[in-house]
Amino acid sequence: MLVFLATSLVAYVLYLILTMFTGSVGLWSTGELIAGAVLSLIAGAIAYRVAFEKERKGEKNSLRVLNPLRFILFLGYLVGPFFIAMARANIDVAYRVITGKIRPGIVKISPNLKTDLGITLLANSITLTPGTLSVDVDEENGDLYVHWINVKNPEPSPEEVCGSFPYWARRIAE
Amino acid sequence: MNILIYVLFGIGLTFNGLGSFALLRFPDVYTRLHGATKCTTFGSIFTTAAVIAYGFARGGGAYHTLAIHAIIALIALLLTNPTGAHAIARAAYRSGVKPKYAVVDKLEEKK
Repeated sequence: MLVFLATSLVAYVLYLILTMFTGSVGLWSTGELIAGAVLSLIAGAIAYRVAFEKERKGEKNSLRVLNPLRFILFLGYLVGPFFIAMARANIDVAYRVITGKIRPGIVKISPNLKTDLGITLLANSITLTPGTLSVDVDEENGDLYVHWINVKNPEPSPEEVCGSFPYWARRIAE
Repeated sequence: MNILIYVLFGIGLTFNGLGSFALLRFPDVYTRLHGATKCTTFGSIFTTAAVIAYGFARGGGAYHTLAIHAIIALIALLLTNPTGAHAIARAAYRSGVKPKYAVVDKLEEKK
């Protein structure tokens, strides 16, 4: 029941963001508010079984991810360290496109993240940042196999490949 | 304001262009994915930012809605683009495409 309500609430908030600036009740029109409530209840009824699936053993569901502090951290991460790393990545790739200097290889890193959300966040961050692309994941212990365009060390530590990202993924998702 | 929008578009198009150039320049599927995902995501962030700036600068209900929808599109783009690249890389590896000129391949040693 709690999960159903949480799913509906998230759907409703998303609907409200999408229909912002349409009317006079606050920023919304009365019709949109009612239609949004009905539609988000339907969406919640359909989707609550797959939303917020448990991530660790002994856990009923993972409503932890709804903590607003995590959202603020996530936004801070996006505009701060992530954006800088991404800009560097693009200049790096541009340099390699022009000069053609590459030394590719697939390396393995063990970031020791426990939840699916954390690993997803880290894998996506890795793909978008300097010279690295995640290829495969070992689902039992969370090891990532990363294609690295300029291999400096065949057996690197997570910090060598992706800087401070494991630390941020741990703070946001666990 | 117009100048800002043109600059954002310019940066975006430059990086998108570099991304497509990378497709021709690099030797195999993995290195090409580097160019194709990083540059196009970064370029699209700037073109979407130009749309957002236009929406807020123009003002009025419909244009504000346009800007907000562009923000949501940006978030969706940031989430789905690397996921798609990951899926392509994994599928390529599983169907037997080896990385060219690779100096090390840990995934090979695992199997």
